[in-house]
Amino acid sequence: MMNIKIKFSITGKKYLCLAAWLTLTFLPLSAVSKVEGDTITLGAAISLTGKYATNGKHTKNGYDLGMKIINDSGGIKVGKKTYKLAIKYYDDESTPARGVQLAERLINQDGIRFLLGPYGSGLTKAMAPITEKYKVPMVEANGASLSLFNNGYRYLFAILSTTEQYLQTAVSLIADTTGKPEKIRIAGAFENDPFSQDIRNGVFDDAKRLGMKMVIDDKLPPDLNDMSATLTKVKALRPDLLVVSGHAKGAALAIRQISDMKVNVPMLALTHCDSADIIGKFGKAAEYALCASQWDRSLAYKDQFFGSAENFAQRFEKNFGYTPPYQAAESAAALLVYKDALERAGSFETEQVRDAIAATDMQTFYGNIKFDATGKNIAKPMVLYQVQDGQYKVVAPTKWAASQLRWPTPPWHQR
Amino acid sequence: MGSKPASLAHTTLASTLVPPLTNTNNIIMLDNLTILIDAPVFIVDLLVNGILIGAIFVLAAYGMALVWGVMNIINVAQGEYVMLGGFVTLLVVKAGLHPLWGIPIAACVLFILGLILYRLILYRVVDRDIFISLLATFGISILLAQLINQLFGADVQTIDPGLGTWHFMDGMVTVSVTKVIAFSLALGLGLCLWFFLKHARIGQAIRATAQNAQAARILGIDTHRVYAITYGINAALCGTAGSLVIMAWAVHPYMGLPYTVRSFMVVIVAGLGNLPGVVLAGLGLGAAENFAGFIAGTEFQIAFVFLLMIAILIWRNRALKRQRRYLK
Repeated sequence: MMNIKIKFSITGKKYLCLAAWLTLTFLPLSAVSKVEGDTITLGAAISLTGKYATNGKHTKNGYDLGMKIINDSGGIKVGKKTYKLAIKYYDDESTPARGVQLAERLINQDGIRFLLGPYGSGLTKAMAPITEKYKVPMVEANGASLSLFNNGYRYLFAILSTTEQYLQTAVSLIADTTGKPEKIRIAGAFENDPFSQDIRNGVFDDAKRLGMKMVIDDKLPPDLNDMSATLTKVKALRPDLLVVSGHAKGAALAIRQISDMKVNVPMLALTHCDSADIIGKFGKAAEYALCASQWDRSLAYKDQFFGSAENFAQRFEKNFGYTPPYQAAESAAALLVYKDALERAGSFETEQVRDAIAATDMQTFYGNIKFDATGKNIAKPMVLYQVQDGQYKVVAPTKWAASQLRWPTPPWHQR
Repeated sequence: MGSKPASLAHTTLASTLVPPLTNTNNIIMLDNLTILIDAPVFIVDLLVNGILIGAIFVLAAYGMALVWGVMNIINVAQGEYVMLGGFVTLLVVKAGLHPLWGIPIAACVLFILGLILYRLILYRVVDRDIFISLLATFGISILLAQLINQLFGADVQTIDPGLGTWHFMDGMVTVSVTKVIAFSLALGLGLCLWFFLKHARIGQAIRATAQNAQAARILGIDTHRVYAITYGINAALCGTAGSLVIMAWAVHPYMGLPYTVRSFMVVIVAGLGNLPGVVLAGLGLGAAENFAGFIAGTEFQIAFVFLLMIAILIWRNRALKRQRRYLK
């Protein structure tokens, strides 16, 4: 430092700036996590306000419950000492630009070295370059877009199934059910955003592989509030499977307008049924609909913290007073990944922890977790519910299915 | 069509369709046109549904035309009033009333809200530059969307009025009763509005203020009262639309913009102060949009409507130039 000062004869003010710059630039390289006393602080920017506020809340509740259960069961043992967990939250207001600022803030100002993901692929996509730049691991539970995992990110880990798998289960289900995949004709209506288009690509790939025909391929504009053009086409072409993905709005519109327009289709598969609450809002009109889900409480996965998936659900209900959606379950599971990795790493050095996370191979109440080289979880399949008598029943994959698929959906005049 | 148009359509159309995995949009578009040629029953279905969608835009556009014409304010918060109408109806249903009560109640609540917002905010900007009022109403729209998000959450809300659906031609043409109500209300309220502006005392005052606010003031018209009522009526019309939107489709706090843009377009195409024009433009755009969505694919649905608007504006401008007249 002295050398520099003499050489460039830098004045006091400039020297300060330089020092600050050097600190900011080189601090992350020698990073050790934020550990004060016996507390490890994780950081998260979550949508507590704005359009993702509902799911942001589920995410936060999941994180909080995961943290609580780890702390209650003795905390995390790193080396010879046991630590408690804490989480530093910020509200990203559902805007990616804010998420970027907050990621910088968590890392630079708050000195946090282990991040939990925000809600949604868009925000995760915005924040991932920041964690990558500072070489800070981020275990995320709510960014499913496949596009997150083809950028060569080293520090991003996702414990949920990626988007292209969301409705592939429906394609294989109809192939298994009918036994004649080459005769199957599929209609798809997917919102024109990265998330839903990933789902579309997954469905297309599987349909192509199994020799099925795609007869409708509509891209719903994000601000579209009506699906009747697509549904008229469905009436005309009578596909065997109709696949709709457009977040909660898409699910609500699909059920509403399919019943209004009396569109008969033997199998209907959707995403976001639970966030749209199709059973509560549409009652009988929602019957027979198939819904993709990351997780369900009836699944047989187990771990030593929550016990079974059902135990987690009960515990969540006791704490927060509502049934946990999968967004909450996967968020809680993210904390278990950190606990497991920190204990195996036996250190707070970010690079070692990153490697430990990458080597994760565990079962949690949420499902099996094992990351591939790109950081996505490849050990957990998606599940498919069907609305049966006013309840969601898991019908696929058949390996864990608690209930029988009801197929084909009878025409409206018989329902 | 014969008695079994569906099966006919099914067999002929299904066989003509190739697996569109490698399809370009052209092939899909041609296929979609073939459907309409082979089974014209779907033209009826598209037309009816499109017109009924248009009815909602007509309701929101009446208000925009009125506020724009009388107060020279382009109300960017139009879609947010529609959204609020939906949420008021949601509350009405939660209070145990039939959803249809939501329509008059939403209209009343929104009328009062319109008056309040006028007194609080627009009162200060009504005679100023149009950019100031644009900013002010844009601010109102953000505020309302965030407020509703805080109160109700970002979830999609919808209500089933349980009114059922009429179906014709073997179920190939379906008309939801809620949408029929929307359509009748759009026409009925349009008539009422026309009558009110033409014959009611305050309606005449509104027209006088629109023509020349200063002269109206000299003649003893309280223009601020006229503005307040105009703005209130606008909000009430949007509230009615919103109440129907939650019954026929769905509402959420951030749905406003498409409705604002659509009513803006309807007013632009119809021309200011042209109520029958608003009806025609609204219904026409709704139908055109539905056909575009069917033939070109839904991703071009909204783009098509914008193209259509540009075409109409160019055509109208040329037609007017030829007559050596100016756009009002």
